[in-house]
Amino acid sequence: MQNANDLKEYRKELQESLDNEFLRTTLDNFAVAYKAGRANAFKGMDVRGLVHDIACSKDAAGENYEALYAEFKEKAEAAGIHVHFAKTGDEANQIIAQIAKDTDCTKIVKSKSMTAEETLLNHDLEDAGLEVTETDLGEWIIQLRHEGPSHMVMPAIHLSRYQVGDLFTEVTGSKQDSEIEKLVKVARRELRQKYVEADMGITGANFAVAETGGIGLVTNEGNARLVSTLPRVHVALMGIDKLLPTLHDALRILKALPRNATGQQLTSYVTWITGANECASAENGTKEIHYVVLDNGRSELLKDSLFSQVNRCVRCGACANVCPVYRLVGGHKMGHIYIGAIGLILTYFFHGKDKAKNLVQNCINCEACKDVCAGGIDLPRLIKEIHARIQEEDGHPLPSVLLSKVLRNRKLFHTLLRTAKWGQKPVAEKDGFIRHLPMIFSKEHSFRALPTIAETPFRDWWQKNRPAVDKPKLRVALFSGCVQDFVYPEQMQAAVELFAANNVAMDYPMEQSCCGLPVQMMGEMDASRDVAKQNLRAFEPDAYDYIITLCASCAAHLKHNYPKLVMDRPALKYRADAFADKIIDYSSFVNDVLKVQKDDFRATTEKATYHAPCHLCRGLDVHDAPRQLIEKGGLEYVECDEEEVCCGFGGTFSMKFPELSAELLNKKLTNVEKTGATTLLTDCPGCIMQLRGGLKKRGSNITVKHVSEVLAGNRK
Amino acid sequence: MSSKETLYQKFVEKAELVSALVTTIESEEAAIDYVINLCDTKEACQLLVSGCEADLSENAEALCDAKQTKVIAAPGLKQDLYKSLSTKAKKSGFDCIDSGMRNHLAGIDIGFTIAEYGIADTGTLMLDCPSEELRLATMVSEYHVCVLPKSKIRANTYAIEKMMLTRMNKTPDYLAFITGASRTADIERVLALGVHGPLELHILILEDQ
Repeated sequence: MQNANDLKEYRKELQESLDNEFLRTTLDNFAVAYKAGRANAFKGMDVRGLVHDIACSKDAAGENYEALYAEFKEKAEAAGIHVHFAKTGDEANQIIAQIAKDTDCTKIVKSKSMTAEETLLNHDLEDAGLEVTETDLGEWIIQLRHEGPSHMVMPAIHLSRYQVGDLFTEVTGSKQDSEIEKLVKVARRELRQKYVEADMGITGANFAVAETGGIGLVTNEGNARLVSTLPRVHVALMGIDKLLPTLHDALRILKALPRNATGQQLTSYVTWITGANECASAENGTKEIHYVVLDNGRSELLKDSLFSQVNRCVRCGACANVCPVYRLVGGHKMGHIYIGAIGLILTYFFHGKDKAKNLVQNCINCEACKDVCAGGIDLPRLIKEIHARIQEEDGHPLPSVLLSKVLRNRKLFHTLLRTAKWGQKPVAEKDGFIRHLPMIFSKEHSFRALPTIAETPFRDWWQKNRPAVDKPKLRVALFSGCVQDFVYPEQMQAAVELFAANNVAMDYPMEQSCCGLPVQMMGEMDASRDVAKQNLRAFEPDAYDYIITLCASCAAHLKHNYPKLVMDRPALKYRADAFADKIIDYSSFVNDVLKVQKDDFRATTEKATYHAPCHLCRGLDVHDAPRQLIEKGGLEYVECDEEEVCCGFGGTFSMKFPELSAELLNKKLTNVEKTGATTLLTDCPGCIMQLRGGLKKRGSNITVKHVSEVLAGNRK
Repeated sequence: MSSKETLYQKFVEKAELVSALVTTIESEEAAIDYVINLCDTKEACQLLVSGCEADLSENAEALCDAKQTKVIAAPGLKQDLYKSLSTKAKKSGFDCIDSGMRNHLAGIDIGFTIAEYGIADTGTLMLDCPSEELRLATMVSEYHVCVLPKSKIRANTYAIEKMMLTRMNKTPDYLAFITGASRTADIERVLALGVHGPLELHILILEDQ
């Protein structure tokens, strides 16, 4: 659970997780195995199509939830089931405690339910004098330890077999060893006794099917079947997000849920319960069944045009499985009760601002969660939006106010950068790095060297060196982004050289400024919008065939976020759409549009590996172009492990969470060094800053370059 | 290859991937022989795999002590088939029951059932079990042996959707997809079979047409 009062306390908690060797190893192994398992489970399937269909079906169900609830209730009641509606978590807990009282139940067995975790049901039932036993192995373990789940699907993934062995020794009063197979069997026999004694069983529901009035339960252990069969009373607690019109909708989700959750084709058991079933231990031979349908803020969410997509979540936990930050710190730190990307969002809506305010800042915006989501939820965007909302309510922290002010005024911003060039003189080394970090950086930032500001920014160079292109075959505009403009102008210059040689006429609109992503990352939506407007005015999209940027983050932001940022201004939206349509990244332009050939470049014996920037591979769905260019450019491409995993830069994220950034970088560089390549290429100046700075600190000889530099350098 | 044959092969491949033990049989009588043989060769109460060697708390031990002889449960079989099974079981010294499952919650050796459908793309059995006895037989058994008529294998869940709806509309209903044995990976993500449900799932595919 997330209980830190401020970011400083939260960072301290994160450090504790970082220091936990066992957790780190487990989550690392899991992250790697998950990716392979998932790919295998979905092999040959149209995953994007399936996700799209699930999103449409869940969206429709969300819009229609009131009617679906009415139909579900009517059908269920006709089949002898009692249906309750709870507005809040407390209300749901009270209803369930009352059912226990009315039916003289004292012992309860539970099958895993995230909704019950959300309402903290066990606490309330225990306060009402009831004995509650979790029967899912992972849930039982964390219940015995008085903890919350650290993963949606594997609640006890943070614990070792030795910790479980010690725990079971305590519970049974007999010494248990740490062999997993044996521990599982101890749980099997201990819990069998609990099923036999229980008079009430509580489950969640993965599906609430309106056309049948029945529920569907997805489990591997089989405990949900016992919990819903043996005791004489069965209560199922479910959010309104579980309502679906038809069995077909449920079967469709079932195609994705286990595959996305654990890489299984299907879980061992899927149980469909319709109507009040036979039960030998009940007085009249029929089980008493209650459905408790919970709102707890969900209907408010559904009314929100942006956040209604949260209803698509099927609780597969995949967003945590691929999150590089979760992989470092685990679920207790990357969530409150719900964990991972969806957890950051749900925490705000279900558990409030105070629980969410630190968590939402811990998203590195790598989009891995969005890419894997079974419902196609734009998780990073929603997280940033919540960050912005919290700042609207709580006031903006000084650094983000300052950055917003500066970025909103291009001239001021650029003057500051030019001034910084003089300010850094005493600490600048000849090799392009700053010798000592300035005072504003604490020592946590020393994991990477920082570059100096360039002698001449790209915009100044451009004015003097703009190439004349006769008979152009294409007309393009260049968007440099701040880093390439003021820190790495040579990357832009390399691109200009290649473009000119290929008869591409270029413009560099001087009024362009920062793309605005840094302020958006800090939750400053208004500033982000103002900067976007400024750039939209600077470019006349109709005048160009393409607008090219060599920065993957700028490209993805310009393409996907600009139209959203000016959505409420029709004229500007029209312009933003046209602008976004013209945006293309360097590698796609050179490989797919200019179609350069291997013959255009000198061949070398240099081995190069690649780092795929998050905003290129996921943000723009570009995968092949840069790798093909490396080969065409005369280098030998060597694949790197986890090539499409974040390098830990994340713009302002690396300033806010240097410890996490350092760890992500560390993993990345270890993988890079393993390839034996002497050159590391990528398509984003932010990544270059991170990777180069990290390698410098390691004393490595690997050189880091933008793909554009290699192509310009090897051009015949 | 006929489409029926393709579905059958796909079913076997997928079921074996989730550690189900698949055997093809020619007749229902062969299924009974399979169950008797299996019961004969298996340890009573699966001493080692089900954890009987581990010391437990007193209550849990007491529940386990209740089980003495080997038990085969086969609720919901056709009368003549059950009779045949029961006779052979007795001859081999096993108890055979078709009701009273609640007296055997410590566990039975084998639950013997017949599936309604098989789903090829995941190697899944579909069992409709509104009867509590049948449900429990598939849950508290150490081995679940299930006969699947070859003619009842369908491509995917969509292909049995209509049949499921027909059953669900005749309430009350309790329907299950069963894919492999009960499993968990909750401790260190290490796969372990037989948590709350059967330790092994045996599928006997019956050449019925």
